[in-house]
Amino acid sequence: MNRLTWRRTVNAVMSVVTALCALAAVTPLLFVLGFLTVKGASSINWAFLTQLPKPTGEVGGGMANAIAGSGQLLLLAALFGVPLGVLGGIYLSEFGGWAVPLLVRYAADLLVSVPSIVIGIFAYAVVVVRMGHFSALAGGFALGVMLLPIVVTNTEQFLRTVPVWLREGSLALGAGQWKTIVSVVIPACMQGIATGILLALARVAGETAPLLFTALNNSYWARGWQQPVASLPVMIYEYALSPYEDYHRQAWAAALILLALVLLVNVLSRLVLARRMASRRAA
Amino acid sequence: MATSNTAAAGVPPRTRPERWKWLGGTRGVDLIARLVTLAAALSVLVVMVWLVIELWQRSRLSRHQFGFHFLVDRFWDPVFGHFGALPFVYGTLVTAAVAMVISVPLGVGAAIFLAELAPRGLSDALTFLVELLAAVPSVVFGLVGIFVVIPWVRTSFGPFLKTVFGFIPLFQGPVYGGGLLTAGLVLAIMVLPFIVSISREILLSVPVELREGALALGSTHWEATWKVVMPTARTGILGSIFLALARALGETMAVTMVIGGTPQISASLFAPGYSIAAVIADQFTEATGDLYLQSLVELGLVLLGITVVLHAVARVLVRATTEKARGAA
Repeated sequence: MNRLTWRRTVNAVMSVVTALCALAAVTPLLFVLGFLTVKGASSINWAFLTQLPKPTGEVGGGMANAIAGSGQLLLLAALFGVPLGVLGGIYLSEFGGWAVPLLVRYAADLLVSVPSIVIGIFAYAVVVVRMGHFSALAGGFALGVMLLPIVVTNTEQFLRTVPVWLREGSLALGAGQWKTIVSVVIPACMQGIATGILLALARVAGETAPLLFTALNNSYWARGWQQPVASLPVMIYEYALSPYEDYHRQAWAAALILLALVLLVNVLSRLVLARRMASRRAA
Repeated sequence: MATSNTAAAGVPPRTRPERWKWLGGTRGVDLIARLVTLAAALSVLVVMVWLVIELWQRSRLSRHQFGFHFLVDRFWDPVFGHFGALPFVYGTLVTAAVAMVISVPLGVGAAIFLAELAPRGLSDALTFLVELLAAVPSVVFGLVGIFVVIPWVRTSFGPFLKTVFGFIPLFQGPVYGGGLLTAGLVLAIMVLPFIVSISREILLSVPVELREGALALGSTHWEATWKVVMPTARTGILGSIFLALARALGETMAVTMVIGGTPQISASLFAPGYSIAAVIADQFTEATGDLYLQSLVELGLVLLGITVVLHAVARVLVRATTEKARGAA
């Protein structure tokens, strides 16, 4: 084989090899979706969505309380993480000097990288120990702590995509800085910020580890914010490890619902963001 | 006409800034906005510092009792109040190592294909799917791990490895299904998207002139990629690998569900083990006594330290590469 043929062969072989790697990188998603659909779809019915769990070992029942509980926890997380995150992002992009944004960005980076189980310990120490019992509040706080750095970073990035001349125009017309931010800058990237928040919520919605010893679990409806509360991820975890066939069936169903919601939010928001990028490029 | 009349009559138009005069006008509002948003931004910093302090304080008992010996002590015995972290450190490192051995070649290969060799449309579609994989919750991987991967390892993959590589101690001993190998496999799938999407970004940030130069000199696509683009992107790709490693070390739920939950150090990858994150998830609520609980918190502190350092290094590497590329372009 002469040298050129050899080089072309290597080129062809490596193209195929890397293509196979790419294929291997996407197949797990298809596998996961496939398994969840096959094993979970048949168990999703009206009872599953509206009933409470049956006592251990009994067949039937549902996860209505876990679905509501996940909603409750996400609401709490959003109440904690979104306002702080958006305001913080505004500071970093609009007011920040040199030192504070650098420090805060670094802290946000670190906080995002903290393992979720450690966030759980933190929320346990801060809320559960002080209150003396497990509660929805503690779970919501844990998820909020995870949400905060993501929202800060996202908000800052989207604010930075707004061109400077928009701000200059507003300032030149005599508006103050805050006025400019609220009525010019934020409306210009509102969609992006909102999508970023949704993505962040979708991400913490699937978190289990921070809830294990904060929100704990609950077989009944949670009364108020001070009680332990069930959530879909924790239910999936506990049902998957239980020895009952019927619980396994329900774990698959719950996982399918959770994954469907998470992926739906991801796909939709990516489409929105892609269209936004495209329209910007056209303009 | 009317406006000029009123102005002439000496009635000053009521402008917005005047309404805020008691604050010092528009400036006052801006000042308040600046302070409020500053407080919000600083909250991130506060939470991060608070988290470290809280973990530090709540592990005091354990730190004082065991000192640095905690990390190298191989016995974890809650009944006798003796706590050593070595089995968990071992399990964490081994599962992460298995994950990296599988995911690094696959991930970098896939990133090369997506950034350099694939047509644009195909690349975008595949990248989209890979990024969706990153959005799948950990507990879902755990579920699939328990009911699909564990049986597969027990009945086909494990015995296969045993017959082919059985002479290496790593692949000896009974195959239970759940264990270090299974946890590593699940972790590999979970960190793969991070390596692929960040490495792809890094490769795309390499200036196109470099490729054109190599191609103009007569090199094939693969040679341009391997000999010109890759050396430029090397640091950044290393960064993406570090990020993935940090993820793998801190990953909790999926590992907890498939690792087997046994605090032991075994040469075999088939043996059940425990990781730091898994033991915290498993035992935290049932920990009786302060020392037990504080030992678990100290494990969390160790985990925090490892992942934060790795992550910091990774960020520096990634940023260095992308900025260098931007400077060159």
